[in-house]
Amino acid sequence: MNSTTLALAPQTGFSLAQYAICLNGIVWRETLRFLHQRERFIAALVRPLVWLFVFAAGFRQVLGFSIIPPYEVYVLYGEYVTPGLMAMIQLFNGMQSSLSMVYDREMGNMRTLLVSPLPRWYLLSAKLIAGTAVSLLQVYAFLAIAWLWEIEPPPIGYLTVLPALILSGLMLGALGMLLSSIIKQLENFAGVMNFVIFPMFFASSALYPLWRVKEASPVLYHICQLNPFTHAVELIRFALYGKLNEVSLAVVFGCTVLFMVGAIVAYDPSRGFVARRGGPGEAA
Amino acid sequence: MVAVERHSETQPGAALLPALAIEGVSHSYGSRQALADVSLSIPPATFVVLLGLNGAGKSTLFSLITRLFGTQRGQIRIFGHDIARTPGAALRLLGVVFQLRTLDLDLSVMQNLIYHAALHGIGRRIALDRAKDLLARVELSDRAEDKIRKLSGGQMRRVEIARALLHRPRLLLLDEPTVGLDIRARADILSHVRSLVAEEGVSVLWATHLVDEVSDADTVAVLHHGRLLAYGPAQEVVTGVHAKDIGSAFARLTESKVSGPPERPA
Repeated sequence: MNSTTLALAPQTGFSLAQYAICLNGIVWRETLRFLHQRERFIAALVRPLVWLFVFAAGFRQVLGFSIIPPYEVYVLYGEYVTPGLMAMIQLFNGMQSSLSMVYDREMGNMRTLLVSPLPRWYLLSAKLIAGTAVSLLQVYAFLAIAWLWEIEPPPIGYLTVLPALILSGLMLGALGMLLSSIIKQLENFAGVMNFVIFPMFFASSALYPLWRVKEASPVLYHICQLNPFTHAVELIRFALYGKLNEVSLAVVFGCTVLFMVGAIVAYDPSRGFVARRGGPGEAA
Repeated sequence: MVAVERHSETQPGAALLPALAIEGVSHSYGSRQALADVSLSIPPATFVVLLGLNGAGKSTLFSLITRLFGTQRGQIRIFGHDIARTPGAALRLLGVVFQLRTLDLDLSVMQNLIYHAALHGIGRRIALDRAKDLLARVELSDRAEDKIRKLSGGQMRRVEIARALLHRPRLLLLDEPTVGLDIRARADILSHVRSLVAEEGVSVLWATHLVDEVSDADTVAVLHHGRLLAYGPAQEVVTGVHAKDIGSAFARLTESKVSGPPERPA
């Protein structure tokens, strides 16, 4: 018997330091990848900026708002729509990082991730945190450009919005991860756009305050209220002005937990849906 | 937060445990059965060629061993660690080279290796040391800072092999590692992996559909339509079907059993 076979690493479990190394490595890779993919960075910025520069400019004259919380003064449409666009960045990022992981060339990376000996719930959580970190880079870059466009929330707002963005980023990333594991039909990004991103974005308070929606259609109003994306937007909107929307916080927190648990269960090899449907990228 | 898993390694005689023990494993995708009652055991420091045509069930078997799917039926153990019950301990001893290219193209060779090490809880300093050694072994030391995108197919495969060895696994799985490579690169990779078995005592499960990758000293497992048709030293497999070489043995085994996919067990 070869002596090396006796030297099987006699370790049990993992130390806290090893967990930290793993998380750090996943976030580092995700950030590095994002910064290397310049097109992706630009696309992530151009999308909300087009909304802000074009859509919001056009709408400025059409929509008039009464003063609603968290605003204390009359705001222009561009300022109203900014938190919605911040959430939109995170929505796109969450769907992209989770779905591309499974359906695009990244499937291999998902497999590399899942053969790590660390617990799978931890790996998936780390992946979500990494995706959220990337979305924060995008959102703050967007805010910087928006500031030049005279979207100027109170300076403290840039700090108070951070925890809100972290939570909403986790929620939307977890949703993407859950969808990627259970819905086979969402094989390409166009499908995700049509069936997830557009409905979530339009049926929310991102583009128009809900009291306006209520005037138009009470049914739609209730749909918007049930949409977790509405609450992500409102949580961000309030936090950007140094305020807390408790209801939205509760909804976003609850949904984050729900989606994360769902995604972890879905990726559990014995209970999961990945196996049941034959597995993505499975040729044989 | 520290996950404690019971280890049988601490028991005497642990080194005699098979590197990989597959017992009665079956797997279906809905009504289509991909694996039917597969059992095989790989001793330590052995090179095993898993020979099968496309669709034979090789990738499914790899997905089960790497725990992408749970085992529906049967057991898989890596050095005695049940992949379902103590996945952490089992995966720690396992290195994998997937059929798909799984490197980040826009990251450098070294960045890819450091990321992999982190996934195993190995810090940057140790990772750098080990990566340097491993890159020297696969003769890519001078490419450490290059982006993966700039490498040839054969070089990428060698990086993937180096990566799979970073956490010092005792069992290495390679799924069709020579697909798309030229003859020279194929031979290089094959001889490199063989040397790991001979010099480091690593066990290898090498999946391929190319019979010319089998050498006389290898152990061969023939998988066809989800069933294991033969398993043993190459010479025994050849004589078992009265063939003149492994190529004709493989052809004979897979020809005679082309009765369609296996029936589902009752």
